[in-house]
Amino acid sequence: MTALALGVAHSRITRRRRVKERVMAGLLLAATIGAAALLLIILGFVLIRGLPAITPAFFTERSLPQGEPGGGLGPALLGTLVLSAIAAALAIPIGIASAIFVVEYRSGRFAPVVRFAAELIAGLPSIVVGVFVWAFLVRGFIGHYAALAGGIALAVIMTPIIARTVEEVLRLVPGSLREAALALGAPRWRVIVRVVLPTARAGIVTAAILAIARAAGETAPLLLTALGNLFFSTDLLRPIAALPLQIYQYAASPYDDWHTKAWGGSLVLVVVIGLLSVALRVATRSRVR
Amino acid sequence: MTVTERVAPTVPAPIASATPAVRIEALSAWYGAAQAVGDVGLDIDAKAVTAIIGPSGCGKSTLLRCLNRMHEVTPGARVAGQVFLGNEDIYWTGMDAVEVRSRVGMVFQKPNPFPMMSVYENVAAGPRLRGWKTSRADMTDLVERNLRRAALWDEVKDKLGRSGAALSGGQQQRLCIARALATDPAVLLMDEPASALDPIATYKIEELVRELAAEVTIVIVTHNMQQASRVSERTAFMLAGEDGVGRLVEHGRTADLFTTPRDPRTEAYITGRFG
Repeated sequence: MTALALGVAHSRITRRRRVKERVMAGLLLAATIGAAALLLIILGFVLIRGLPAITPAFFTERSLPQGEPGGGLGPALLGTLVLSAIAAALAIPIGIASAIFVVEYRSGRFAPVVRFAAELIAGLPSIVVGVFVWAFLVRGFIGHYAALAGGIALAVIMTPIIARTVEEVLRLVPGSLREAALALGAPRWRVIVRVVLPTARAGIVTAAILAIARAAGETAPLLLTALGNLFFSTDLLRPIAALPLQIYQYAASPYDDWHTKAWGGSLVLVVVIGLLSVALRVATRSRVR
Repeated sequence: MTVTERVAPTVPAPIASATPAVRIEALSAWYGAAQAVGDVGLDIDAKAVTAIIGPSGCGKSTLLRCLNRMHEVTPGARVAGQVFLGNEDIYWTGMDAVEVRSRVGMVFQKPNPFPMMSVYENVAAGPRLRGWKTSRADMTDLVERNLRRAALWDEVKDKLGRSGAALSGGQQQRLCIARALATDPAVLLMDEPASALDPIATYKIEELVRELAAEVTIVIVTHNMQQASRVSERTAFMLAGEDGVGRLVEHGRTADLFTTPRDPRTEAYITGRFG
């Protein structure tokens, strides 16, 4: 009797649990499909609208005045390359160094301060970074808009991203490996250089590439620093073009031809970031044993 | 051994060699405010195997880590007392921990070969991490010699370029032993080196420990009493008191300690009444 009652109650609970389970799984699936669909719609739209702009000249030529046919986003592509290179050259070493400091020398009292500062900077709206660099470099040390200022603004955005990601990666390196190296009589810095960093190599590369991809797409900090340039330039002390800036300027213009070029630029940006992700997959594939 | 030695341990058996390889004096160790080891004094014979046994939490691993100054790697860890290596106190202010560790090697409980290094590189890691300027040919000799010392050469000679992490657990542990031997330490510390291994791999490690004792002083921590009796000449038994502080209860020749323990707590432990 009791056993029977128990059995009934049991099966009722089981059924309710199964229903709940199905509903939850269904909701999750719907959300996943929604997210994926959104991505596909954006990609498809960019592809359809941008593809007509893609010609060899689009990559090599400078932009022409409205009305003249042809022209391209050559200076913007070059500019984004230059800006990313400056930013990477500054942010990667500083970001990795600060992550090493926070993780490997955590007994120090200064490490939590560094960590907190990195978190704060990472949370800054990028336009604030732009304003800051504008005030200090554009209005201050350099005196005018310059590629260098743009690169530094991007570096300010990249550094905390790298620092925080590399920090996580370094924490994943098993303590037993550090102990093994220390017990062999290695000085601490050599343990870091020869054991910790090589073990975390894949993750560090990932962090750097993700940060570059993020910075390459930034517009706001460049508005007030790199300014933009319709001509080819590699002079670090002069204004320089950048892909997101060019997209912004063309998209805001009233001309159809420029709109198409803005879509083309967006397509290039998306493809480049996609390629970086693929490169990342290849780079982080672990060494064959 | 003679019969008299076996049955008359009313006084501690004399130390086999005149000068101990390691002399531990009044050693205490803490993790933050918690004391783990209290006032241990112990002489470790040169070129012999000394086993430290005791139940979990008795401070035996902590004591071991004090012998190559690895204890202080843990944040908040602290040591008081002296450990003489030969006639030098490794806790003397002018003594560099890095220097100590280059003379006292260590093998850990879980095999921990460097996963991004090949078998060859793992053995070469010690010399390289210490900045030795070794030519390629000499390094190849060194790697082969130490893989042979660790009884691993025949199994890995055709896969020196493969990842150290691709070996079996037992092989990985012998690779770690080869790695520790490669810098020619005078003393080798082993922290339950076989506890993560299967019986056959354990047997090989024990055999290796016996062989290595001819050339290097070995201190092995184990909670396996059979293992201690199989591999060691001398045994030290540690136990944590009510206060959680691990102290040395008794030490002496392994044969004596296991057959005629002087302390009732030792007897209780080796007869399996606790631990």
